[in-house]
Amino acid sequence: MSVLLEARHISHRFGRTLALDDVSLTLRRHEILAIVGESGSGKTTLLNMLSGRLTPQSGDILYYDGHAATSLRVRGERAVRTLQRARWGYVAQDPRAALRLDISAGGNIGARLMASGARNYDDIRAMAARWLEAVEIDVDRLDDWPRTFSGGMLQRLQIAATLVTDPELVFMDEPTGGLDVSVQARILDLIRSLVRRLGLAVVIVTHDIGVARLLADRLIVMRRGCIVEHGLTDQVLDDPQHPYTQLLVASVLPV
Amino acid sequence: MQGYNFAYLDETTKRMIRRAILKAVAIPGHQVPFASREMPLPYGWGTGGIQLTASLIGADDVLKVIDQGADDTTNAISIRSFFARTAGVRTTTHTDAATLIQTRHRIPEIPLRDDQIIVYQVPMPEPLYRLEPSRAVSRRMHAMADYGPMHVKLYEDITRFGRVAVSYDHPVVVNRRYLMSPSPIPAFDNPKLHRMPALQLFGAGREKRIYAVPPHTDVVSLDFEDRPFNPIRAPHRCALCGAEHSYLDEMVIDDRGGRMFACSDTDYCASYQAREA
Amino acid sequence: MAYVAVKGGEAAIAAAHAWLARVRRGDTRLSAIAAAQIVAQLGRAVDRVMAEGALYDPQLAAMAILQAQGDLIEAAFLVRAYRTTLPRLIDSDPVDTAAMRTQRRISAIFKDLPGGQRLGPTTDYTHRLLEFDISAVAAIKPDAPKADPDPAIAATLPRATDLLGAESLIEGEVPSLNEPIDLTMSPLAFPASRDERLQALARGDEGFLLALGYSTQRGYGHTHPFVGELRMGAVGLRITPPELGFAIDIGDIILTECQMVNQFAGSKTTPPQFTRGYGLSFGHADRRAMSMALVDRAMRAEELGEDVSAPAQNVEFVLSHCDNIEATGFVEHLKLPHHVDFQSELETIRAMRREAQATKGAAPDEADNAGL
Ligand SMILES: Nc1ncnc2c1ncn2[C@@H]1O[C@H](COP(=O)(O)OP(=O)(O)OP(=O)(O)O)[C@@H](O)[C@H]1O
Ligand SMILES: [Mg+2]
Repeated sequence: MSVLLEARHISHRFGRTLALDDVSLTLRRHEILAIVGESGSGKTTLLNMLSGRLTPQSGDILYYDGHAATSLRVRGERAVRTLQRARWGYVAQDPRAALRLDISAGGNIGARLMASGARNYDDIRAMAARWLEAVEIDVDRLDDWPRTFSGGMLQRLQIAATLVTDPELVFMDEPTGGLDVSVQARILDLIRSLVRRLGLAVVIVTHDIGVARLLADRLIVMRRGCIVEHGLTDQVLDDPQHPYTQLLVASVLPV
Repeated sequence: MQGYNFAYLDETTKRMIRRAILKAVAIPGHQVPFASREMPLPYGWGTGGIQLTASLIGADDVLKVIDQGADDTTNAISIRSFFARTAGVRTTTHTDAATLIQTRHRIPEIPLRDDQIIVYQVPMPEPLYRLEPSRAVSRRMHAMADYGPMHVKLYEDITRFGRVAVSYDHPVVVNRRYLMSPSPIPAFDNPKLHRMPALQLFGAGREKRIYAVPPHTDVVSLDFEDRPFNPIRAPHRCALCGAEHSYLDEMVIDDRGGRMFACSDTDYCASYQAREA
Repeated sequence: MAYVAVKGGEAAIAAAHAWLARVRRGDTRLSAIAAAQIVAQLGRAVDRVMAEGALYDPQLAAMAILQAQGDLIEAAFLVRAYRTTLPRLIDSDPVDTAAMRTQRRISAIFKDLPGGQRLGPTTDYTHRLLEFDISAVAAIKPDAPKADPDPAIAATLPRATDLLGAESLIEGEVPSLNEPIDLTMSPLAFPASRDERLQALARGDEGFLLALGYSTQRGYGHTHPFVGELRMGAVGLRITPPELGFAIDIGDIILTECQMVNQFAGSKTTPPQFTRGYGLSFGHADRRAMSMALVDRAMRAEELGEDVSAPAQNVEFVLSHCDNIEATGFVEHLKLPHHVDFQSELETIRAMRREAQATKGAAPDEADNAGL
């Protein structure tokens, strides 16, 4: 599989905190990569750099567009915005921050379509309805405001609103973080089936080893801004090399 | 007028405004910040338009000022007399006799020519302000052409009301790039913006912005392919001149619900009457 | 509809102006007020108009107050509209408020300080009892103090905040290297630098500044303020004409300056220091200078690494709405005819109602009786 996204020697400081310390990684097409690690290890910061929401102080992010690779820095802010509007997606931990609560569910799903040029009302609406079904929300909620939705429904709505543009690459930051366990399982199932069906490449941040095992092809373990271990998910989890990873895996109770 | 320069503003200020106009013409639909001056008329009463007019007007110009389409509405009278007093220029109520037309809320009914300039008074130059109150953020949205939220608003209107609920100040895209407020003209007037031979200048004094639509520039009202932009007017004839396609004012003529409809463009109405007679 | 009468608008305006002139003059059996009387006896009103009108000229401010029937926002507007036409001959040198010939100088953070606390002509400790005997208001005690009894003493009072500065207990004032932005010559842009912010606040509406300053005291952006020093008095204004190459004195202006001392910033490694909020106003204007200092400090939240959540901390919100000339114009412009827009709203709402009723079919509709 060919490379889609590549980080080269990313470093970034917030004041005196070295949030990322010389991080490099590659993501292939259709691949699911999980980033795990303790709180404050730099997972979200790394995800924000990869997705162009933050610019690293040093190092480069390269996106392989067709055959050519160009760094996000060289592409410029406007080109990156264009990518973010359609070909890339971002699923935040808190759907309330990502969705517009004063806009109907259909409007929220249609937003990315409209932002990338869709101009046919009926088509947009039909597409929104299809996606509402795909995330298992009743179609007659299409014109309802998200504030009337439950937490799990909101997260599913956010997933629909992200995937509606048929992106090739989706970034997710703890997509099940704010939900209770029973709801988590359902959302994870949904993500797994959609991701496989659509052949998405995904970078998912989680501190839950179980989530990583369920979804990811490959795994990156972070600690204090560095990648301490990476490899195929099963390999890393079954035979952790780095002492920190061993600790991480050991601290998870067997299911 | 004693103690003041021709057309009130000093020449340095006029030059500053003309530079902003040139920039605005070069980037159609883009809002150019300018150091708006305090004018002797209140903000919101046309100070942007007045500053544009003051910086453009010459001794040979013939000025027409309208508000709500009419030459004899109070604020139009006030602005016209301001320029008659400070610049001593000729004024007119005839659209075709004017070289410079300052307007609030309307575009004259008869097509303007390439030797005319129309100046719009603009209260809120930022078309995104209801969606995004911070101008620092909305400026970025313009830079990135992040106009999706505006369409989402139209989507919501259609979903909720069955049609777009914007009836004036309907946003337009200029030259396929910038989203622009056409000022609070009725949507009925929007098509006149498109490829108008006259130079169109927009001035917002309080918000300190100038923008422009150069002659013959594409101006497209926001809509959906399957819900095309469809402005409406009162389905009546003008009671005074009989015109069938002009924009009408509705006047309440008694306390039993009696209504009369008449052209909002008073010059158009008068010349239509003269022609028909 | 009378005010957009199809004909006769011109006559209506002329009549309105004539009527206004009559109302302004009031009862002609009473003598007319002279501007000089306003300068002399309504000093606080004159100060406010000079501050918000952004022009130091008591005589013009008094004329404006008279012309505006005592409506101070209207008066400030008259002053601004005149000011904007004046040629800009030269920029003055920065005024030195440390060399102020103070009539009033108080500090709330020291019981006593070199030069002492000087109350000056303040209403602070008056009992707010309405004086029914107007001759008592006008009476002057023969031993009443005057400004500058001894200019030599009055001009040598150290700033209370400098006493803290000597120990580095308060952040230093770093002189700006750049020419300050002139808000009247270039439009406000965000993010706004502190020089722009202070300029906008200096001419901002006193009521708005007061309310925002007050809101910070009530918890919306709290800054733990103390009045380090409030001083009022005459400051010499100097210019340096390029052809002379040295500064010359062109006169005095009365200023009120407030140095607010606020909660400290710092960490385990950076020694903590008090922070500053600054207020300056034309004339004698304690309330205005203090409010300005509170709001200035609140707007520094981001720079000082504080959470930005309260209205007074939102620089764009505060600066975009503090100018009462802009605000009053836009609020009052709603009086202008808007019937063209309203007409299109009418047609739209009628069309929507028709469509809604058609959808409902023949079913009776309570909205029918709403009668638009
Ligand atoms: N905007 C910011 N300003 C200052 N420091 C920041 C900022 N964002 C992150 N940091 C710091 O950078 C480090 C990495 O933070 P990051 O949010 O990437 O961690 P994380 O691995 O996502 O943690 P969690 O699992 O708790 O979400 C932390 O020390 C954090 O305090
Ligand atoms: Mg995180």
